Amino acid sequence: MSAIFDEMKGRDGAVRAPYDELSRWLTEVPPDVLDYRRREAELLFRRIGITFAVYGEADSTERLIPFDVIPRIISGTEWRLLEKGLTQRVKALNMFIKDIYGAREILRAGIVPDDLVFRNPAFRPEMSGQSVPHDIYVHIAGIDIVRVDADTFYVLEDNARTPSGVSYMLENREIMMRLFPELFSRHRIAPVENYPDELLATLKSVAPHTAGGEPNVALLTPGVFNSAYYEHSFLADKLGVELVEGRDLLVKNEIVYMRTTQGLKRVDVIYRRLDDDFIDPLTFRPDSILGVPGLMSAYQAGNVTLANAVGTGIADDKAVYSYMPAIVKFYLDEEPILKNVPTWRCREEEHLAYVLDHLPELVVKEVHGSGGYGMLIGPTASKIAIEQFRAKLKTAPKNFIAQPTLALSTCPTCVEAGVAPRHVDLRPFVLSGSDRTRIVPGGLTRVALKEGSLVVNSSQGGGTKDTWVLDG
Amino acid sequence: MLSRTADNLYWLSRYVERAEYLARILDATQRLSSLPLAYVGTSNEWESAVLTAGCATAFFKIYDEANEENVTDFLAFSTANSSSIRSCFEMARSNARAVRTALTMEMWDQINGTWLELQRYGNGPTSREELSRFLRWVQESSLRFDGSAYRTMLRNDAYWFSRLGVYIERADNTARILDVKYHLLLPDNERVGGPLDYFQWAAILRSVSALTAYHWVYRDSLKPWLVADLLILKEELPRSLASCYEAIVRNLDSISGAYGRQGPAQRQARAIRTRLQNSRMDGIFQRGLHEFISEFITETNGLGGAITEQFLV
Repeated sequence: MSAIFDEMKGRDGAVRAPYDELSRWLTEVPPDVLDYRRREAELLFRRIGITFAVYGEADSTERLIPFDVIPRIISGTEWRLLEKGLTQRVKALNMFIKDIYGAREILRAGIVPDDLVFRNPAFRPEMSGQSVPHDIYVHIAGIDIVRVDADTFYVLEDNARTPSGVSYMLENREIMMRLFPELFSRHRIAPVENYPDELLATLKSVAPHTAGGEPNVALLTPGVFNSAYYEHSFLADKLGVELVEGRDLLVKNEIVYMRTTQGLKRVDVIYRRLDDDFIDPLTFRPDSILGVPGLMSAYQAGNVTLANAVGTGIADDKAVYSYMPAIVKFYLDEEPILKNVPTWRCREEEHLAYVLDHLPELVVKEVHGSGGYGMLIGPTASKIAIEQFRAKLKTAPKNFIAQPTLALSTCPTCVEAGVAPRHVDLRPFVLSGSDRTRIVPGGLTRVALKEGSLVVNSSQGGGTKDTWVLDG
Repeated sequence: MLSRTADNLYWLSRYVERAEYLARILDATQRLSSLPLAYVGTSNEWESAVLTAGCATAFFKIYDEANEENVTDFLAFSTANSSSIRSCFEMARSNARAVRTALTMEMWDQINGTWLELQRYGNGPTSREELSRFLRWVQESSLRFDGSAYRTMLRNDAYWFSRLGVYIERADNTARILDVKYHLLLPDNERVGGPLDYFQWAAILRSVSALTAYHWVYRDSLKPWLVADLLILKEELPRSLASCYEAIVRNLDSISGAYGRQGPAQRQARAIRTRLQNSRMDGIFQRGLHEFISEFITETNGLGGAITEQFLV
């Protein structure tokens, strides 16, 4: 029995039911056809201009995320469980953020330590005592999930700030349908194409009370140089809303307007893909030229909805993450449906001692880090790297958490030598409106293309796959 | 729509139109420069190409001499020239990228495809043959982009602003050729220059793709004053000043119709068009062709400014 769970072949090599058709198809299809389609897909991506920028690489300003043409499959039963768990988790996340900027009951109950909140760089004192339209903070959440066996899914990370990747979920499906119509005809696959409609409905449902009958929604981007710019323009287009930059907006009498060819037009809901730090130079970083001076005053006056709300980044913190099971129980009085990965908080002495003793077998992460940067993967790290990390840990233990090295599940993937298993994760997107929660089935599957690698981040050589949720 | 979006669309079209125009100038110059001197006189065609492109000052900052190699490089491939064909396509593509939501898939596909293809040409062709292939490709790219806009865009303000960019740029380009070559078009010239100028006139027509059109309109051999008449007053010719202004006024009218108000841009455009409609070539020659053209260029610049002021900021 293998230590790694393969989503197609399980541990024992017997094909699992959701993969029946696909595995048959894989044995039928000549290898050069797969390769040919892979190149065709790449050509399509380049023509459409689905590119991203990698920070710190001057020479290659626009790169493609590698796309793997073999889909990842989740059964309907598995998905329904995930969906319930995601809804529960994001509901608790929203209540948590509302609470820490409001009554702070969870702090008073001693469930989450005060300093973890107040000394957190993502905590925004400006939001204390500030209500937001419809009490919703995390309108769009990206919850990263990994799987270790047939029944066990773990939440690896919560992204409550500005999760990205949804355009790949949508484009991957479109391209797969173009390239493999015959494979689609052999399955019944839940659609994802309605995501933009669900997103627009969500955004409209949270318009401020002072907005007119038909709220005006805009998507705020940092601009063409942002690594996710393609996604911003793609979403604005699908939503049918204006893609604005900071310089297109201005605030007058605590109302936000955009500059149009017909003069100023009021904006009610801003789906912003710009970090808190940059949205308003008058409140946050004064050197930001990407933001809108006075935006916070309009926000505080209740005249505009920002999605996501200011200050939600606190939920992305990996130390806060470690309290999520307790947070779910505290607000909902329910057992969490989705498990957390067991986590040692290096801020606690006992945990730190354990971590320092077991570095070669653990994954150590920075609490504020993202994108797979600044972490140590014990089992694959060199002795020197481990010792360097040990020193970092000892100087600032609060900045780190540690987790066991998970045996992430694998999926069949096209590689140079043919088809081989590679590790994957899953990022479903959870939309919270004033009326209800919406989740399109599936999400973005990221795959670590290097053999044995556990790092799926696109900035570090990861690719993506189309994710299928089947009927049964 | 957002002012910035309108501005980007407007400039996107201008850059593509300008790239095509530069390719036509280079094409026409290449032809002239391969004729025996007895046919075209001793003037430096390459210098005249730089003048027509409106970037002589920038050119002579870098080069001492206007010859085929320098001028081709500067007008087509130079990154130091912000108006070279390469720069035009690069700016067009970066403008397009900034307003992708306002473009149709087909338009994006064209401009992005052009940009990708441009990378393949590297620092310029190595032979004349490759250069003419390149120039043809530039013109085709512009046609494809223009066609995709025409065939796929919704007829709303986005479309009208992008059309405005095309026609303002085109009017400016035609006027520039006239400005540089006006001395060849004076009626007296027929006597002075005689057959010597025939190929110059043909080159002028070629650079606005009107050589065949000339014959269809006048059914006559090339006469300088008729060339001037065609390029300035004939509404039938898509690159004539009159035709450009007819289109500019029409698109501005569509915008003001949709927005329910008129502004300085509409009034200025209409005044210029009316003047073109009421002019005749002999009158223009009497008052001075050169003065007429200079004034027109100034006014078109002014109109560009008024459009920006009224809609794009």
